Amino acid sequence: MQTKITGRVWKYGDDVNTDVIFPGKYTYSISDPKEMAQHALEDLDPTFVAHVQPGDIIVAGKNWGCGSSREQAVTCLKEAGVGAIVARSFARIYFRNCINEALPIATCDAVDGVESGDEVTIDFAAGTVTTPTGDYAFPPLSPEVMEILNTGGLIPYARKQLGLE
Amino acid sequence: MGHTFAEKVLARKAGLDSVVPGQIVTVRPDKLLTHDNTSAIAGQFRKIGVSKMADPDMSVIVLDHVTPAASETYAASHQATRQFVAEQGISAFYDIGEGICHQVLPEKGHAWPGAVIVGSDSHTPTYGAFGAFSAGIGRTEAAAVMATGQIWLRVPESLRIIVNGTLPDRVSAKDVILHVIGDLRADGADYRSVEFAGETVRNMSIASRMVLTNMAAEMGAKNAVVEPDEKTWAWLNRNQVFRKKPGFSPTYYEEVHADPDATYERVIEYDVSGLVPQVARPHTVDNVVPIAEVVGTPINQALVGTCTNGRLEDLAAAAEILRGKHIAPSVRLLVLPASREVLLAAIERGFVSDLVAAGATLLNPGCGPCLGAHEGCMAPGEVTISTANRNFKGRMGSKEAFIYLASPATVAASALSGVITDPREV
Repeated sequence: MQTKITGRVWKYGDDVNTDVIFPGKYTYSISDPKEMAQHALEDLDPTFVAHVQPGDIIVAGKNWGCGSSREQAVTCLKEAGVGAIVARSFARIYFRNCINEALPIATCDAVDGVESGDEVTIDFAAGTVTTPTGDYAFPPLSPEVMEILNTGGLIPYARKQLGLE
Repeated sequence: MGHTFAEKVLARKAGLDSVVPGQIVTVRPDKLLTHDNTSAIAGQFRKIGVSKMADPDMSVIVLDHVTPAASETYAASHQATRQFVAEQGISAFYDIGEGICHQVLPEKGHAWPGAVIVGSDSHTPTYGAFGAFSAGIGRTEAAAVMATGQIWLRVPESLRIIVNGTLPDRVSAKDVILHVIGDLRADGADYRSVEFAGETVRNMSIASRMVLTNMAAEMGAKNAVVEPDEKTWAWLNRNQVFRKKPGFSPTYYEEVHADPDATYERVIEYDVSGLVPQVARPHTVDNVVPIAEVVGTPINQALVGTCTNGRLEDLAAAAEILRGKHIAPSVRLLVLPASREVLLAAIERGFVSDLVAAGATLLNPGCGPCLGAHEGCMAPGEVTISTANRNFKGRMGSKEAFIYLASPATVAASALSGVITDPREV
């Protein structure tokens, strides 16, 4: 995993649920990640898919990714090019899905200091998100969780555990 | 120093003397639930590169989300699941028509006090109504559990929610949990273990306790639990499931109870003796108001069912209100029993004929329109009042539609009049 990520901000609010990140009507009918990316944030921000650039960073309020456990709500963003997600807090299963899909995340209040289109830098080694209006510190992930992220997600990690790598 | 339910059950499962909140433990779950997403999980499982599951007896698979298949795409997905079941030698497979996973697992003896259950569905905490530790996980995680037989879990902080008081007439567990979620908000229990206690919970049926643990997911809970008691044992053994199917479940289980001196992040007490029916307005589950604030809102569709409120007592509550009457001509009433077992019991008691005669459309046991894939999606501008657990934008079809969440009694009363109606007034 890169220790420093810089990207352009897409700013969202509190309690954004997985139904608006990836609608339930597609959960059992779309299996191709590229097709999933075409529906990312469809019911929250219809402009997102047309304008997202590789490496963009989502910066949101509390409880990002609440609701359904659907992992496509992570896959669709990753496939759309999102480089990281910063939120005031994450819903638990969404948090795990990010780790398992190796999509870097940071938990802090950076949403207070940014607008959509700003550039921010996440420094995972220092534990800071640098925004145009100041720095926001975030707590490090536990070593167990970092290991999964650094291995490239849960599939490579499970392969390693099973001695297949 | 005492320990919470989550601390005790995870320590026991991890083979440790004790654990503390924040600690990461690796455990071997007793059961792994997957549903229609099994075909996708099987794909992830193959990517890991093993051919056989670590323990096929751990796996419980229920086809319930879009059943019977709504299109060729769904049919192919179900077919892939059946092939995976055969290839892996999974005995606990329940094909379409058996019911919703969260009802079927306990009915078939796959949930019991002290068990650790993980499932690729966010409402997996439901089994806490039986004293189990159960938590939702993602698809890739489910695949990794299949391959390794293990999962990492963070020991959660715990909240204890104590509910006292006798519930008024036509006010039920659904009103209690909507009130709690409205109070604690959508992230009020994020990553926490929630213990429901108090005389109201003690006096509740198992079905009502399942409403509490099911909806704890809507305030972010990792798991939720009600202490097992004689009712739990009686329910689990009502069909002698444990004795009949010794291969599926232990015939003996050891209950896990929180210590009286356990440390909680918060203890929250409610007195529900004066509680009125509660309604969650669109588009978030924590947007809860007393019914008086929404009475008179016109509805197009009413839904009684789902993993939250599709059990016999829920159909009984709706039948009691609708028996001998007819729903408003402007309303479509959908009724979905949570399982085949519930449907059979409802037929036997006459609830099905009461409801169908009153104008209800009976759907097969399963998730139905709750996730917006089939069987009752809404057009733009339409309004549904539902006994389900989610009212997110776009959840049941159009993103321009509106979902209100309420108890079976409130939904039935509203179907009768065509507008949101206080069930105490019909």
